[in-house]
Amino acid sequence: MTMQHTALAPAERAVRVLGGDLTERSLRLHLEGLSGVDAVGLEQRAAGLGTRSIKTSSKAWALDTIIKLTDLTTLEGADTPGKVRSLVAKGLNPDPSDPSTPRVAAVCVYGDMVPAAIDALGAAHGDPDAGLVSVAAVATAFPSGRASLPVKLADTRDAVANGADDIDMVIDRGAFLAGDYGTVFEQIVAVKEACRRDDGGFAHLKVILETGELTTYDNVRRASWLAILAGADFIKTSTGKVTPAATLPVTLLMLEVVRDWYRLTGERIGVKPAGGIRSSKDAIKYVVTVAETAGEQWLQPHLFRFGASSLLNDVLLQRQKISTGHYSGPDYVTID
Amino acid sequence: MSFLEYAPAPESRAIVKLRPSYGLFIDGSWVDGHGEPFSTISPASEERLAEIATADEHDVDLAVAAARRAYDRTWSRLSGADRGKYLFRIARLVQERARELAVAESLDNGKPIKESRDVDVPLVAAWFFYYAGWADKLDYAGLGANPRALGVAAQVIPWNFPLMMLAWKIAPALAAGNTVVLKPAETTPLTALLFAEIVQQADLPAGVVNIVTGAGGTGQALVRHPGVDKVAFTGSTAVGREIAKTVAGTHKKVTLELGGKAANIVFDDAPIDQAIEGIVNGIFFNQGHVCCAGSRLLVQENVHAEVVDRLKQRLTTLRMGDPLDKNTDIGAINSREQLDRIRSLSDIGEQEGAERWSAPCEIPENGFWFAPTIFDNVSTSSTIAREEVFGPVLSVLTFRTPAEAIAKANNTPYGLSAGIWTDKGSKILAVADKLRAGVIWANTFNRFDPSSPFGGYKESGYGREGGRHGLAGYLKAGN
Amino acid sequence: MADRLSIPKTYKLAIGGAFPRSESGRTYEVVTPKGAFLANAALASRKDARDAVVAARAAFSGWAGATAYNRGQVLYRIAEVLEGRRAQFADEIRASEGATALQAAAQVDAAIDLWVWYAGWTDKFTQVAGSGNPVAGPYFNLSVPEPTGVVAIVAPQEPKGASLLGLVATVAPALVAGNTVVVVADRAHPLSAISLAEVLATSDVPGGVVNVLTGSPAEIAPWLAAHADVNALDLSGAGALDWVDLEIAAADTLKRIVSPEPGVPSRSLQRILAFTETKTVWHTKSLL
Repeated sequence: MTMQHTALAPAERAVRVLGGDLTERSLRLHLEGLSGVDAVGLEQRAAGLGTRSIKTSSKAWALDTIIKLTDLTTLEGADTPGKVRSLVAKGLNPDPSDPSTPRVAAVCVYGDMVPAAIDALGAAHGDPDAGLVSVAAVATAFPSGRASLPVKLADTRDAVANGADDIDMVIDRGAFLAGDYGTVFEQIVAVKEACRRDDGGFAHLKVILETGELTTYDNVRRASWLAILAGADFIKTSTGKVTPAATLPVTLLMLEVVRDWYRLTGERIGVKPAGGIRSSKDAIKYVVTVAETAGEQWLQPHLFRFGASSLLNDVLLQRQKISTGHYSGPDYVTID
Repeated sequence: MSFLEYAPAPESRAIVKLRPSYGLFIDGSWVDGHGEPFSTISPASEERLAEIATADEHDVDLAVAAARRAYDRTWSRLSGADRGKYLFRIARLVQERARELAVAESLDNGKPIKESRDVDVPLVAAWFFYYAGWADKLDYAGLGANPRALGVAAQVIPWNFPLMMLAWKIAPALAAGNTVVLKPAETTPLTALLFAEIVQQADLPAGVVNIVTGAGGTGQALVRHPGVDKVAFTGSTAVGREIAKTVAGTHKKVTLELGGKAANIVFDDAPIDQAIEGIVNGIFFNQGHVCCAGSRLLVQENVHAEVVDRLKQRLTTLRMGDPLDKNTDIGAINSREQLDRIRSLSDIGEQEGAERWSAPCEIPENGFWFAPTIFDNVSTSSTIAREEVFGPVLSVLTFRTPAEAIAKANNTPYGLSAGIWTDKGSKILAVADKLRAGVIWANTFNRFDPSSPFGGYKESGYGREGGRHGLAGYLKAGN
Repeated sequence: MADRLSIPKTYKLAIGGAFPRSESGRTYEVVTPKGAFLANAALASRKDARDAVVAARAAFSGWAGATAYNRGQVLYRIAEVLEGRRAQFADEIRASEGATALQAAAQVDAAIDLWVWYAGWTDKFTQVAGSGNPVAGPYFNLSVPEPTGVVAIVAPQEPKGASLLGLVATVAPALVAGNTVVVVADRAHPLSAISLAEVLATSDVPGGVVNVLTGSPAEIAPWLAAHADVNALDLSGAGALDWVDLEIAAADTLKRIVSPEPGVPSRSLQRILAFTETKTVWHTKSLL
């Protein structure tokens, strides 16, 4: 399969933006020179975006868009090939009662479950921008990231070799909080390199910042820039294993970073909020926030994803409400 | 389709049941006015909403007399605790009828429903709650033990926050033990008249609150009336000046909340995205019909281009149109007269060489509209940098050093408010110290709270509204 | 030994830390209650008033920006220096107001004590009149009283004389918050006003903080009332003037006004606060 997205070689962005003599110091100066974030103002802006009232045709469009942008996820120790097959079936045909329901963008699993997912997808496996469903694998000692670099790279290569289209890596939050930006940067660069496929292409790299552990918005902004400079195709909020996971203000902030990166370079980076988005109402707030911050063109699978599991059914219930005109119930959507 | 052209999401008008015509609310009942009645219209559609009575001097006389009677016979004899209970009742009734009041406000004023719903009306309830609790604690108002009410308060309010201004006036006046005669602005009388219904529902003693409608003449008669002990006015500096002259030599205590030309100062170390939001909120909130609006953007020269560029980009996402649509960011200009003023000052701005840019908004066919507009490269001597436009028009000026920012910010006869944007705390505090303005927002703008005193320096008026200070404006020291 | 021939003092204006004659060159006779000549005082003109306002404005940011502790020390210093010159002031009051030695001394003592009382307020009125406001949101919100600016004062004009105490009772409270002052002294008894200006000049009061004009309040007050760079008008001693007209003139630039009152104003926190503006500062508050 081919991905429309062409990845840059590792660290090339940093060299381009920060100059050829890329050092820990130049990286630090850049990150520390970023404009600060006032938390109250950021949260107010997010709350304001959350009051948009999305009705009728806009709501129908938003609900379908949410499905098309969903990385339907299962990341449990108890995951089995059977569970993954069931997830894939749900992703391909979310609402058996309504064949007009779009497919999800991807299924997101642990690396060892990638073959099961690819197998279950069969001919439907491919680029979500083309209406197919891709396979994302979490890697790099997900969710804690507490392992040596060789282990993280082996984890990544294994998932890529298994056919994963996307790698969702975690950054080393400990290193980041210790101010060791160079280590975080080099690990992302190395993982990006490990995403290289035999054919020379790259698996799509999503860099999970685990914003709930970075705590401050200034840190989120720095980590976002760091990940982009190191070669991230996507910046992703959370593993889903830490509270708080995705929040609207954090996602807004990350969207502001990719908007600014686009202003600076003309290149579009993706954003993936993950974890904690369970209702259509919440998800629509994210769609609004994307459209009003980065722009509508970001509402495509290669630029925005929801990392979610239970969200899908709530969206389906809302879809059913729109098509039938009455409220539906949980027995009318499938569990996976 | 473009998702950003959100499908219409109008708030229902059905919740508001307007009468075809309204009289004056005097001594607890509706009475006819003896002046020429007028229509109040929706500025978004120019649709006629209701016919409104005009109070002439005789009617004002009756209202003041009713307020005096109520003061002498009931209100001044009531315990503070009981006055407080009436105010708590009002607060609750405002909350119960919040949606109705918000819709009526947006209809009559033209402001977006999201503002009347999320800002104006919640603050109205909050104001009554706050001052309700003061009614039996006047000994702590700062005037010593047993302070006394002034008597009858004459209150004249503007059209930009009709019900909110009513609350700012009536709540502290009643808590302190005064009775009131209030005149709403002639273009926005509806919510004050709905408030009269709330006064009835709260079973407030007759005459404690009287609402007289009319234009400037009615207000003048009220302010001049020898039977009033307190004059509280919010509006233009020109009218405020006339009021100050009118009351000179009398015993009347005066509070004036007048015009402004606030500087919103953005330093190069500001939290940039929040500063952009703050600039937008500062000048485009309520179509810029805000006396404390951040109408002069003072931006540090080394980030000027970037700030203006980001600002323009942000403004393209503002949605102008039906005030009742829940997604409307920019509503209608309140009146044709105000629209003419905004247009004429903007034309002058252009003639004086400033660079005009307006957000690409579709202007509705009917009603009064003005797209959010930025004037760049404005000099300190420009008319639009000095005169209050009271509309969605931002003047952009630059500075190089904090001292220059302070000097330019203070270089105005006004002194109501100012904004400071920087991540550096010591700079905020030092600049705030030097700014000659009554309300300073640091890394935020246009925030209001009943516990927070609000009011101006210099020609922006005197006295404070909100907080203990606002209460003291309706009291005198006891014996 | 023959009596020494004394050296009479020339009473001039006090503007911007200097002691100029009136630019008009005019003087008027200061006489005892019985009509005997005491001195020639400067008869200030509108241009002197203008110069005084310029001086007061120039001194404002320094005085307002001084720490409250420093302002308190300076005001206390005035009391100290005045204490050392009690005899001079008592003599002037006796001569000019026809007071007994006891009355004159009592007036000087009261004036000194009044300086001490107001000196102690400089670092306290902010706490008493300010407030921390519990707003419903993530904000730090504080209100503090700040000086209004340039205050023009018509000092009490008591027929029987209270020239020093009346002056101090109006000037001192205005200084507490950091305002600067242009004061028109008691027309009939201006000697102690000028002598007080000399005390101020040797008491670490920065030049221009207190500007003293002697002469006719009826002539000068209208210019001060209408002056756009005056922020507040204290008409305590203007009861005999057309003070309503003065208030109307002051309304043109929305000046803060203290209306006339008979006698010497009693000391009060309200007098300090009459020349303050409440400034409320909001700041966002967050851990994130």
